[in-house]
Parts: sequence; structure tokens; C-alpha cells
Amino acid sequence: MMAPGRLSTFLRSGAIWAFIALELAFFSIAGQFLSASDTAFLTWDSLLLLLKQSAPLGIIAMGMTLVMVNGNIDLSVGAIFALAAVILLDSMTWPFMAAMGDWSLPLAWVFALLVGVALGAVNGFLVWKTGVDAFIVTLGAMLGFRGLVFMYNGEQPTSHLNWTLVDFAEAQFLGLHTATWFLLLVTVGMWWLMNRTVHGRNAYAIGDNREAAVNAGIRVGPHMMINFMIIGFLAALSAVVFYSETGSVNPNDGMLYELWIITAVVLGGTKLTGGSGSIVSTLGGVLAIQILRRGLNHIGADTSTVNLVIGLILIAVLFLDRQLNVKGKEALRI
Amino acid sequence: MSEAAQERPARGAGGLTGAKVGTFLAKQGILIAFILFMVGFTLANDRFLDPDNILGVIRSSAILGVMALGVTFVVISGNLDLSVGSLMSFSTIVVLDLHDTLGPALAIPAMFGLTLAIGAVIGFLVGYLRLNSLIVTLGMLSAIHGLTLTWSGGQNMDIADKEGTWFSVFGQGTALGIPVPILMFALLAAVLGIVLAKTPFGRKVYAVGGNGTAATFSGIRRARTVFTCYLISAFCVATAGLIQASRSMGSQNTVGQGMELEVLAAVILGGASLMGGSGTIFKTVIGVLILGFIQNGLLLIGLQFYVQFVVTWIIIILAVWLDIAAKRGRLLSPIA
Repeated sequence: MMAPGRLSTFLRSGAIWAFIALELAFFSIAGQFLSASDTAFLTWDSLLLLLKQSAPLGIIAMGMTLVMVNGNIDLSVGAIFALAAVILLDSMTWPFMAAMGDWSLPLAWVFALLVGVALGAVNGFLVWKTGVDAFIVTLGAMLGFRGLVFMYNGEQPTSHLNWTLVDFAEAQFLGLHTATWFLLLVTVGMWWLMNRTVHGRNAYAIGDNREAAVNAGIRVGPHMMINFMIIGFLAALSAVVFYSETGSVNPNDGMLYELWIITAVVLGGTKLTGGSGSIVSTLGGVLAIQILRRGLNHIGADTSTVNLVIGLILIAVLFLDRQLNVKGKEALRI
Repeated sequence: MSEAAQERPARGAGGLTGAKVGTFLAKQGILIAFILFMVGFTLANDRFLDPDNILGVIRSSAILGVMALGVTFVVISGNLDLSVGSLMSFSTIVVLDLHDTLGPALAIPAMFGLTLAIGAVIGFLVGYLRLNSLIVTLGMLSAIHGLTLTWSGGQNMDIADKEGTWFSVFGQGTALGIPVPILMFALLAAVLGIVLAKTPFGRKVYAVGGNGTAATFSGIRRARTVFTCYLISAFCVATAGLIQASRSMGSQNTVGQGMELEVLAAVILGGASLMGGSGTIFKTVIGVLILGFIQNGLLLIGLQFYVQFVVTWIIIILAVWLDIAAKRGRLLSPIA
């Protein structure tokens, strides 16, 4: 995309993977001296687990990349995540569903995913028709959807453990966990959508210069709405994959997810101003954060350090990115 | 942002024509909605207008309100502050911890100093380095939370001797029959309202937020203005932390978690544009009170606390939508 300089583009797209390599090297070496346990940081099993644990945030982050490339943002994904989980677990106990036995499982998934798409559609429709900034619309929705979660089942956790579902979620195919497969599937699918379809091209065009996109005859509104439906779908997908295994959701689950996800997406180099960003780099951003969490944990640092380090890295990345793109857009606004 | 700049100086014209009534309604929509809500809740439950209830609502809104005052400055200058919730947890924990080691008289200024120092860091990053405020404050949200956890060691913080200290006065005391948190909120609102509306600095904040480039060309030091806005925000957060600490005399590490978005909701409800350049302290106070009274009114008519989330969602979108619609002269957006 319209790179001002080849070098800076290369540095930007490669930086996140270099950072991951640095993290892995650092934690492997530091782990030798600092870790309480004797196990090495980089074992095959821990790598598989790392991928699995990246899945819930990673799946949503793919949608966030699309929405941010399109020039919008979605702060309501954590609440959509929770509501989809509640629907998934609760719908399995509905009488007609219970009567269907294990055949109800795919149907429960479909219900949860539909809820995600519907909530995304509400956001997208409001952004399209009212012209209110996506930040405000989804900020409101973050509260509103969370309210719906509470109204559905009060302050009680919603629980329903189905062993068939648990077996499915814990299964390993070719070594990779189910959740990892979903993450990879979503990554490939979203990469295809953004790089090989008209819709993806248009999403970049709208984010880069909305006026020009309108003049080129692109219908901005429907594109934005579809993108919000996609991120809603992915937030719900993330929830069904995760809660199929755990079988219990608290009404506060998924809170602050949006902040972690935006952090991962920005680490991957996607611009808040829209028009630039890549799915593969977002995958890098998600993995980088997950490695950092696990790595700091491995060398005995507690949660506080993880928060501190991630916050500082985010700001450092923003600073470096700015330095590499001095000639870029002047006004960085939301 | 250009509409916002045009919209401001239109105040104070005399004469009542139909068009002017329309503009008045559009501009004061939030105030009208507020009055309608008050009337509705009063009809629904006669305890609502009870002076004790009203004072109670304002007192419990004071913490959110004080923070919203500072964020109003940041938002008008065209930036965001998502770190206020996290920073409030920090100042609460710090002042509670220092209370037992330094004593209240030293703990309070020390806490203000530390909070302002963090505010200065954010102001430096956004103002002087001109980094995107959303991401900087998102990063600071996480980093400050880490600092708070490090400070407290992950433990809850409590004042050991709760009876033998005057520290509780800020959160629990009353003066002239009015709870101190309300007085602090009112005083701060009055001072900051005057600063924003009547001083050269206030005009600079509007100018920087309305059109930063134009402001720079007309000799306004943009970086310094933004920096000061973050200092004001940090000062407000420290005050909120003081009230919170003094009210509860003990606290978890996560006391302010999620408040950044509630604060932002109140500011937006008050009609400040996220693009910068518009908004007033008075409207923010109204926004805060609306949130507080809706919450209270819904509880009084027997609804659960979480219903307010849904109501807030609807109100925020309606408020901003109508505001925009009035400015562009049509209800639906022209987006194809």
C-alpha cells in the first residue's frame, strides 16, 4: 500500500516478528537463570499451549484489524463475547434443545454466532445511519450489551458443561488444539478476505480516504456494516470456542478484552487512522503479547510487571512507528 | 471539527424567532432531556425528589464528576484520556498506603505529586511528542495498573486506625450541611468552568482542539496547552482518588477499573465532541448528573442496577445523534 519508503515498510512489517524472536531468545536465556522450574521456556508442549491460549483474543483481533483498517473501532467486543457465551451455554438447556441430545450442539453454536452477528449489525447500522463516530457507538454498546448480559441471567454465572463439547474443544488434530485450528482458520480466512476480495480492497480504500472512496462509487455504509457484523461474528466465535471447553461464564467475563485486542492490533502495526494494517502482523501482535505474558510468568514476574511492560511497549512502539513515518499523515486523530 | 468551531460564538444573540427556538432546543437538548428525566422519575416515585436522595445521588456522582471535569479539558483539546480509571486506583492506593506511613498531612500532597507526575508523563507523550492519545493512554492504563499492583503488592490497602484520623473528612464529612465531596466537586467545577470559559488558557484549549494547525499558526503553543490539559486531568483524578480513599478508608487495586469509559460517557453525554473544540464544564456536570440520577431513578422504581447500562447506551447514542443531526440539518447521515 503506497509505501513512502521501502525500508520503513519492511521494518514495520518485519518488526513484530523480530520482536517475537527477541522475546523467545530473551525468555529462553533468562529462564535458565531466573525460572523457578527446571522446564525450558521453549518446549513443543508449551508452544502448543501458547497458541491455544492466543486463540480467544487472536480470533477477535483479526476482526478488529478489518474494522480498524476500515477506519472504525469496536469497543464492544468484550460484551459481545460474554453475551454469545451466555447464549451458547443457556440455549443447550432449553427444553427442545435438551430433547435433541448432542444434535443440539451445532444449533447452540449457530444461536451464539447469530447473536454475535446481530449485535455487530446493530453497531454497524448505527454507525452507518446516524453518522455518530464508531468510537462513541461502540463505547455505548459496550455498556448496553453488558447490560443485556446481566439482564439475561442476573449476576449469576451461567453454566452448562457438555462432555461431547468439551472433548471436541480439547481435541488435538495433528498436534494442534481445536482453538488453535480456529485461530489459524480465521487468520487464513480474514487474510483472503482482506487481500483477495473486492470487499477487502474497499475496506482499505475507505479507511485510507473515505471521500475518495465515495467518489470512486464505493458504498461506504454497507461495507462498514458488514465489517461490524464480521467482528461480531468473530467475537461470538471466540466465545463458543472458549466456553465449549470451560462450560461456565460470569457476567463480567470479557471485560477489558477490547483494550487487550486493540493493543495487539496496534503492536501489529495497524493504524488507528485506517487504511493500513495486515492480518499476518496482527497474528504477530497477538503472539507477541501472549509470549510476553507467559515469558514474564516463566521468569517469576507477577501480573503487575506484565501490565507495566505491555503498557510501556505499546507506547514505545507508537513512538518508534512515528519516527519511522515522520513524513506520514500529520494529524493522528481517532 | 469545523462545525464545532462555528457553533461556539453563536451564543448570546437576542430575539426569539422560530429558528432560534429550534437551535436553542438542539443545543440545549441535553438539559431538556435531563429535566424530562427528573419529571418522569418524580412522577414514578415520590422519594426521588427528596433532598436526602438528591444529595445522596450527587455525592455518589462526585467521584465520577470530578474526573469528568479534567477529562473535559483533554477532550476539548482534541485528545482522549483512557487512563483516568487506572490512575484513580493508583492515587487511592498510594494515599491510603502513605497515610499510615507519613500521616495524612504529608500523604495527600505526596499523592498529588505522584499523580501529577504521571499526568505530566502522559502530557509529554501526547503534547510534546505528539503521539496518538488513544494509544498512549491505553498503554498508560495498563502500565499504571501495573504500578498500582507493584505498590500494593497485590494486596488490598486499608487504613489501620480508622477512628483516630481526620482523613475521613473528604469523603464522609459535611460542611454547612452539605457533604464535603459535593462541595469539592462544586468548587472544582466552578474554578475549572471559569478557567475554561473566561481565561486566555481556556480559549487556547478550544483553539487547539478546534483546529490545531491554525492554532499553531496563530502563535498558540499547542504542545504546552495539551500538556497542561493532562496536568489538569491528573489533578482532578488525584482529587477523585482522595475522595474515594477517604470515603472507604480502604481499597482494592481495581477501584477505578472501567471508570475511564464511564467518565468519557458522561463527557460525551454533556455534548463534548471527540474531535475536540467543543464542550463546556457546565454541560459535563449535567452529563454526570444525568448518569447519576438515571441510575438512582431506575433503582427507585425497582429495576436492577444493570438496566442503567442499557439505558445509558440508548441515551448516549440518542444524545450524540441528535446533536450531530441538528448541526448537519438532517436526521440520517449522508453516508451512502
